[in-house]
Amino acid sequence: MKPGIVVFPGINRERDMAIALEQSFGEKPRMIWHKETDLSGIDLVVIPGGFSFGDYLRCGAMAARSPVMGAIHQHAARGGYILGICNGFQILTEAGLLPGALLKNASLRFLSMDCQLRVERTDTVFTRQFQKGQIFRAVMAHGDGNFFADDATLDRLEGENLVAFRYADANLNGSARAIAGLFSENRRILGLMPHPEDLVDPLMGGADGKPLFDALAAA
Amino acid sequence: MERDVNQALAREFGLNAEEYQRVLDIMGRTPSFTELGVFSVMWSEHCSYKSSRVWLKQLPTKAPWVIHGPGENAGVVAIGDGLAAIFKMESHNHPSFIEPYQGAATGVGGILRDVFTMGARPIANLNALRFGSPDNPRTKRVVDGVVRGIGGYGNCVGVPTVGGEINFHPAYNGNPLVNAMTVGIASVDKIFLSAAAGIGNPVIYVGSKTGRDGIHGATMASAEFAADSEEKRPTVQVGDPFTEKLLIEACLELMATDAIVAIQDMGAAGLTSSAVEMAGKGGVGIELDLDHVPARETGMTAYEFMLSESQERMLMVLKPERQEMARAIFEKWDLDFSVIGHITDTGRIVVKHHGAIAADIPLAPLNDQAPLYTRPTVETPKLEQLNPARIEDRLGLTAGLRRLIACPDLCSRAWVWDQYDSTVGGQTVKRPGAADAAVVKLEGLKRALALTTDCTPRYCLADPEEGGKQAVAEAWRNLTAVGARPLAITDNMNFGNPEKPEIMGQFAAAIRGMAAACEALDFPVVSGNVSLYNETEGKGILPTPAIGGLGVLDDAAQAVGLGLTPWLDIVVIGQTKGWLGQSLWLREVSGREDGAPPPVDLAIERANGDFVRARILSGEIRACHDVSDGGILVAIAEMAMATGVGARLSAHPRDVPGHAFWFGEDQARYIVAVPDNASFIRAADAAGIPAMRLGTSGGGDLTLPDGGTISVESLRADNAAFFPTWMDSNRS
Repeated sequence: MKPGIVVFPGINRERDMAIALEQSFGEKPRMIWHKETDLSGIDLVVIPGGFSFGDYLRCGAMAARSPVMGAIHQHAARGGYILGICNGFQILTEAGLLPGALLKNASLRFLSMDCQLRVERTDTVFTRQFQKGQIFRAVMAHGDGNFFADDATLDRLEGENLVAFRYADANLNGSARAIAGLFSENRRILGLMPHPEDLVDPLMGGADGKPLFDALAAA
Repeated sequence: MERDVNQALAREFGLNAEEYQRVLDIMGRTPSFTELGVFSVMWSEHCSYKSSRVWLKQLPTKAPWVIHGPGENAGVVAIGDGLAAIFKMESHNHPSFIEPYQGAATGVGGILRDVFTMGARPIANLNALRFGSPDNPRTKRVVDGVVRGIGGYGNCVGVPTVGGEINFHPAYNGNPLVNAMTVGIASVDKIFLSAAAGIGNPVIYVGSKTGRDGIHGATMASAEFAADSEEKRPTVQVGDPFTEKLLIEACLELMATDAIVAIQDMGAAGLTSSAVEMAGKGGVGIELDLDHVPARETGMTAYEFMLSESQERMLMVLKPERQEMARAIFEKWDLDFSVIGHITDTGRIVVKHHGAIAADIPLAPLNDQAPLYTRPTVETPKLEQLNPARIEDRLGLTAGLRRLIACPDLCSRAWVWDQYDSTVGGQTVKRPGAADAAVVKLEGLKRALALTTDCTPRYCLADPEEGGKQAVAEAWRNLTAVGARPLAITDNMNFGNPEKPEIMGQFAAAIRGMAAACEALDFPVVSGNVSLYNETEGKGILPTPAIGGLGVLDDAAQAVGLGLTPWLDIVVIGQTKGWLGQSLWLREVSGREDGAPPPVDLAIERANGDFVRARILSGEIRACHDVSDGGILVAIAEMAMATGVGARLSAHPRDVPGHAFWFGEDQARYIVAVPDNASFIRAADAAGIPAMRLGTSGGGDLTLPDGGTISVESLRADNAAFFPTWMDSNRS
């Protein structure tokens, strides 16, 4: 699988993501500027965290209308893999590729700390190196991670088993049903708020996030 | 609105009669309104250092690893692997009181620009903050705004905020201190300076458009506050971290080419200071045409253009043949790029606006004849050394410890750190609270930097010379305590009104102490900032020479944290006489802020630190924490709380009263956790370093030598309570 990282102006975790991907894939990922429109040769589109377009208007709203998004929609329609983390998750919901929205944290403050995530299903290309129910640590760093959807949508997501990860101990940002990450219906798109890419090296405090990238590299 | 230029206007602009006369002499005529504006900001305390320069010269600034000391946008030191660390700390005190969010945010933005303008990618931010008493009704709003502002800016630009410090004291009620520090990394052969060169070379403006914000900010920062500070809100700038992020990436992209001759950010005094400094340092002239300056508003005057402190702007001199390539880079990042002038051989700054000359000033006298004052000084009287045996301990060890770790100056800062992104970049080895200094690895290398900010203002008030010494020594100690080799410091001198001899005496004495410590510890000053007039309605702050320290670890994996792990021997390095003067215990338990502060013996400081560092690097020391505020018992409690592992402590030596032994603040001490105290203490004895076993780690309780037992969980609860309880309750 060939990964590429999409860089919008204001994205700031593209370097962290490149390090994590290189560690698992054995080569540097392609960096894709948001004005590019050709994703040929890319199997996995990764949208990293940051503050695309300053998060002005709404988190992810402007990035979701950037030139590259046409190609990303086509990639999705072809059944391509997409991983959106933090701002990337927000962009995917703004683009309509995942349901729901990410609102301001319930505390109305930025939250930067480790959190515990529970793995909800392991029969996906993203999660198959985790155990079902496994709890792992990831770094939370966001001001708008409070997942919201209407009850019907939430019931559908639960019914179709599309919740990827839930906050296992404290649901600090106030997300509906403690949802931290979501799959698309075909389970080829994953959006999540916390950062597994910042815990892939014991020197930085742990390698809890590494199975996610190892699984993608092995696919 | 332009007004007649005369002495009365000059006074309003902050120039005294003698300074205005000097302007008249240099110009040979009455200056224009814009010219007077240029002189007034360039000669403001903030830009000219007119009260502090004579003293700053005493600071050691050289070492074999120093590449650029004070005088450039930031200090530069070689750190190995062909790389340089570029760093500086700068104050944004006055704006942060008037408008806490934007004041703090633009403080972060400004210091970031000082660092990336030299070619460095910023890899870490720290901030040293001092706030008024929590009981003061205004403090909560200031803390909330400052913390949100630092987070709002730093989180967005994607530079991790990894450390800093916070103190509370009523002396900061009307004048909080916000000192922001940025550290960046560049290749030693790709460092960019600001001296303009090349007659005819284009002068380029990049970044945000210019508006009317921040006009005369540098002058505002050079005066005391009166009760009308609210009216000064328009002098505070507004930050846009998104544009800053684009500016960082665009500048670094351009810096990878050979296009740039000189570059400087537009900070205090905006276009005026960047143009004057670039041309002045290069010994050339500069001509600007303001009609080409990208403007956010219509109808701006030449004076407003020249004095605006709009944020996220840079000035560059480019090689003419590279101009269009450079333009393409800035257009890619959707940033303004405009040729606003050129370099001349006239030695003058000439400013044109709407076809007329708005300013024409000779640069050499503007720079060289800037006022310089050797202001009168009065020494701070020495305070009496307190005898610990004559100070009664009414609380005992257990209750004393609980009170100390819960007090605003020692309680957990997690509420603050948890709002700062400390991990972006993926290189943060020791996050806030994990170690005495933050440790940030260099991408793709084993090497890491250790970073800290330190100052104990109550010591500085009691004895500015010992306090200045202690601030430098504590920074050195904190870097040592993670295993780093301390390299250099940046200083942020925050003081009151320099026209008062007692304040200037504090300043001079603090510099004396700092200089002695820098000398003895091979720890030179490579950059810094002076913030004077930190007074509101005549009341000054505690003298606060905040020190930002930088050290290097050859291998990030060798860094140790402060958290205890089970079944290690706990040993104190350094001698404990039980110094209670100016200690936190004395203030929090006895309600006294008196006595002489602990003296710093620099030879002992160095010997103890060198011993500890060597034993960290050899792998013998598993955890290390310096002993500072609150003394030994607080240090051990902090080590326990960091990991949730307790300790059993044994009795103290009989010749020191218990409360003085456990809570005294003698200097040059470390608590270390080692697997085998016998061989460790033998090695210390052989090296002539005082070392004494205090107990053993393990379990979930802290058992004190008087038999008292506290669970680490309950210590943590006490320690964590203050900030959330204070900030998140009864929100107004």
